[in-house]
Amino acid sequence: MFNPTAPVNEQLALYSDLFMLIAALVYAAAFILFTIDMATASATIRRLEADLAAQRGQVRTAPARETVGAAVGGSTAVGASASDAARPTGAAERGVDADGALVDEDMDYTGGGRRPVANVAVAVLAVGWALHAFAVVARGLAASRVPWGNLYEFMTTGALVITTVYLLFLFRKDLRFVGTFVTGIVVAMMCAATMGFPTPVGHLQPPLQTPWLVIHVSIAVLASSLFALTAAMSVLQLLQDRAEKRAAAGERSWAFLRLVPAAQGLENWSYRLNAVGFVMWTFTLIAGAIWAEAAWGRYWNWDTKEVWTFVIWVVYAAYLHARATRGWTGARAAWLSIVGFLCIVFNYTIVNTYFPGLHSYAGLPG
Amino acid sequence: MSSKADRARSEDVALPQLGLTGTLRWIWTQLTSMSTALMLLLLLAVAAVPGSLVPQRRAGPEIVDQWIEDHPFWGPVLDALQFFDVYNSVWFSAIYLLLFVSLVGCVWPRAIQHAKALRQPPARTPRNLTRLPASGVVVLEEGGPSPEEAVARAQAWLRKRRYRVEHRPEAGGASVGAERGYLREIGNILFHVSLIGVLVFMAYGGMTKYGGQKIIVEGEGFANNLVAYDSFTPGTYFSADDLQPFSLTLDSFDAVFDRESETHYGQPLDYTAVMDVREGSGGELQRQILKVNQPLDIDGVRVYLVGNGYAPVVTVRDGAGDVAFQGPVVTRVFDQNYGSQATIKVPDARPDQLGFVGFFLPSAVEDEEGAAFSADPELLNPELQLNSYYGDLGLDTGRPQNVYVLDTASLTELNSRTNENGGIVLSPGQTYELPEGKGSISFDGVRRYVGLDIHYDPGKWGVGVFAGTALLGLVISLFVRRRRVWVRARTDDDGRTRVEYALLARGEEFGLHEEHVALRAAMEKWWPIVAATETADDAAAGAAPQSTPTAPETPAGPADARSGD
Repeated sequence: MFNPTAPVNEQLALYSDLFMLIAALVYAAAFILFTIDMATASATIRRLEADLAAQRGQVRTAPARETVGAAVGGSTAVGASASDAARPTGAAERGVDADGALVDEDMDYTGGGRRPVANVAVAVLAVGWALHAFAVVARGLAASRVPWGNLYEFMTTGALVITTVYLLFLFRKDLRFVGTFVTGIVVAMMCAATMGFPTPVGHLQPPLQTPWLVIHVSIAVLASSLFALTAAMSVLQLLQDRAEKRAAAGERSWAFLRLVPAAQGLENWSYRLNAVGFVMWTFTLIAGAIWAEAAWGRYWNWDTKEVWTFVIWVVYAAYLHARATRGWTGARAAWLSIVGFLCIVFNYTIVNTYFPGLHSYAGLPG
Repeated sequence: MSSKADRARSEDVALPQLGLTGTLRWIWTQLTSMSTALMLLLLLAVAAVPGSLVPQRRAGPEIVDQWIEDHPFWGPVLDALQFFDVYNSVWFSAIYLLLFVSLVGCVWPRAIQHAKALRQPPARTPRNLTRLPASGVVVLEEGGPSPEEAVARAQAWLRKRRYRVEHRPEAGGASVGAERGYLREIGNILFHVSLIGVLVFMAYGGMTKYGGQKIIVEGEGFANNLVAYDSFTPGTYFSADDLQPFSLTLDSFDAVFDRESETHYGQPLDYTAVMDVREGSGGELQRQILKVNQPLDIDGVRVYLVGNGYAPVVTVRDGAGDVAFQGPVVTRVFDQNYGSQATIKVPDARPDQLGFVGFFLPSAVEDEEGAAFSADPELLNPELQLNSYYGDLGLDTGRPQNVYVLDTASLTELNSRTNENGGIVLSPGQTYELPEGKGSISFDGVRRYVGLDIHYDPGKWGVGVFAGTALLGLVISLFVRRRRVWVRARTDDDGRTRVEYALLARGEEFGLHEEHVALRAAMEKWWPIVAATETADDAAAGAAPQSTPTAPETPAGPADARSGD
């Protein structure tokens, strides 16, 4: 896992740096495409509505199917209606909702409707991911170790994990609506890494040469990427919440929000992911304490990094409790989820660069 | 934590008793309510932050003193408010203690309630199942299974899916009540109890632990007793008798630096300290390897490698020609290439005490302006560059002094780069005669030293175990799904068997929909169905009823009104 005597492969490291820059540019393209998709939402909605109207027409011309289904109670009809949300590629009536919602409550792909710009954005993102993955793996191979030994590597690997998690979710769930937010975060991280903290490849400092680096940091990165995703969903939840109130009052709001699931659906899904993230963060905290015990002799000493890890843990604990407290669900819980993520951003940027402490492994000059 | 229903109940009890008891009860209910716990959690997060913004005494008291000096207004104000001891402060302690009291007040009644629920059969079948949001009706063909058979079939299926089931004969048929996911609440309680365990063992550790620092030069040793430590931090109830007897000697220390990379040339790659350890007062001498992340474990005491550097060996002769000091001088590393600060105090020199201050440079190089620095961490060109002073070192006043700082206020300068005598520059083996016949200083050689942290904390195992159970409890409480299912079968007016069923999630509803689909599919496989209706339309079976974590309450009366916790 660690071989400090193996020579660094400088050639491979150069390729890694190059591909990292290209990946950043491709991500930027994906970000722009997602933004265009967001900005042209009203056109997309018109197209989707036209498609839906066409489908509705078909359904109306074939009423027999419905009747048969109800009368016979055949497993197809019952299955289709009962498992509506569970089976993404359902019957033609999928995507048509009583209230005219264009997206599925449970964020499943509705099958109907074209969103070419968003689809191209996802494809571009996938290309960026491949380049990025190569760059990160090459970096690790070049130094014969895990690629998260300093802030540059931590950020680039973190961005890769966010993209990976997002793309994996895209297989099952229609999360294209958070694309702008996710690619925005990823582009920001890649820019910060390649421009703000470029660090040439090197071996690990002795304190980092332990399996705990792999365990503690990888789970921390994974948890953070989940929190990034839920923060984006929480922002949309707040916007959607307001849009729903305006809609109730008969006012119009941002067209893009019609492509976003209802606030309630967003809240449920971000809760689900935050629960997973919270378990991972708890693990990060415990693993960090064990590592601290092994390296410094005390499992908890309120080092700045420890303080912020604890603060983040408490904020998400509060979030989970808020979900079970009357008057705290909905917008307030969403704010807690956002605040939690802001604390994570603060922890990885400001605390790493400006705060002295035992976790000063950023590898920055000075 | 404690639900509205609980609160309402305990308030009912409190009503007749007014006055002190009532007030106390009211305070208790407030404290143990969920929103108070939430507020305390948020407060805890906010209260922890200042400790990362201003220096803390626990990390370095001298930095705090400096900070207070630099901020004449805010320094004393924040000091009075305990901002330099945040994690021991009254307000921080108050928040987390209140939080734990609130936690106990929440978890205890819940544990009792759950212990009762564990011994009770599943909730009684609601009169009107179809009023529940996730429910349905299937009517079986004539000549199909009887109501009893249908219920038995459903019951077997539910039991196979690890539901706790109860068969209930009813007028004209039967019903089955099923419930699963009892573990969820157990996980929840386990998590919260474990947090108490963590806190208790942290406190136990705080009372019994001790820790200290010691610097050892190659060839020198350390015996575990109070006077041997450079600095020592005892726990609250520590006594010197608690120190485990052991001794250790640093045989050698070796550092490996990167010689391959152009960009990280000279970066440390590995530190190895070879130690000779003697456990107990008369044990065998054992050779052990000490590395970063690989502490020594001696009788429960852990020894950590936290620092290293160079100790130039120096001989100082005084004006009378006698050896006034001889030995290694521990220097303080201040840059990556082990440029180090050297301070030598020679209180035994006569007629005047001598003091030296300057640099030790393992690979001395001069820049264009003539300033020397170290270009490499290894001993390629070791040099001592010193200024010298004579006079009263002030060591006899009894006031404690920092060994790394020479107070030159009451001393007279002998050598310095800025005076006519110039600075002292020594390579190993060289000797410099001080001006005015004050004596001489020889640089005999270089040894290495290691900085050790020595820690003993008997509470850490308890903390570790409870942290583990907390994680386990958390996983169970978040991912085990608690739900109820009821199936009722009757003979309808046409003589056919009519099966009604309903599903209810307690807490989050994830997966309820899938369970609904599975149950329905199973029924369709078992029985020939004439007609089917479902109240569980898309919206209901999907996400809509999750608007409150409380399960939707039907007037028809699901047996349990406390389903919301």
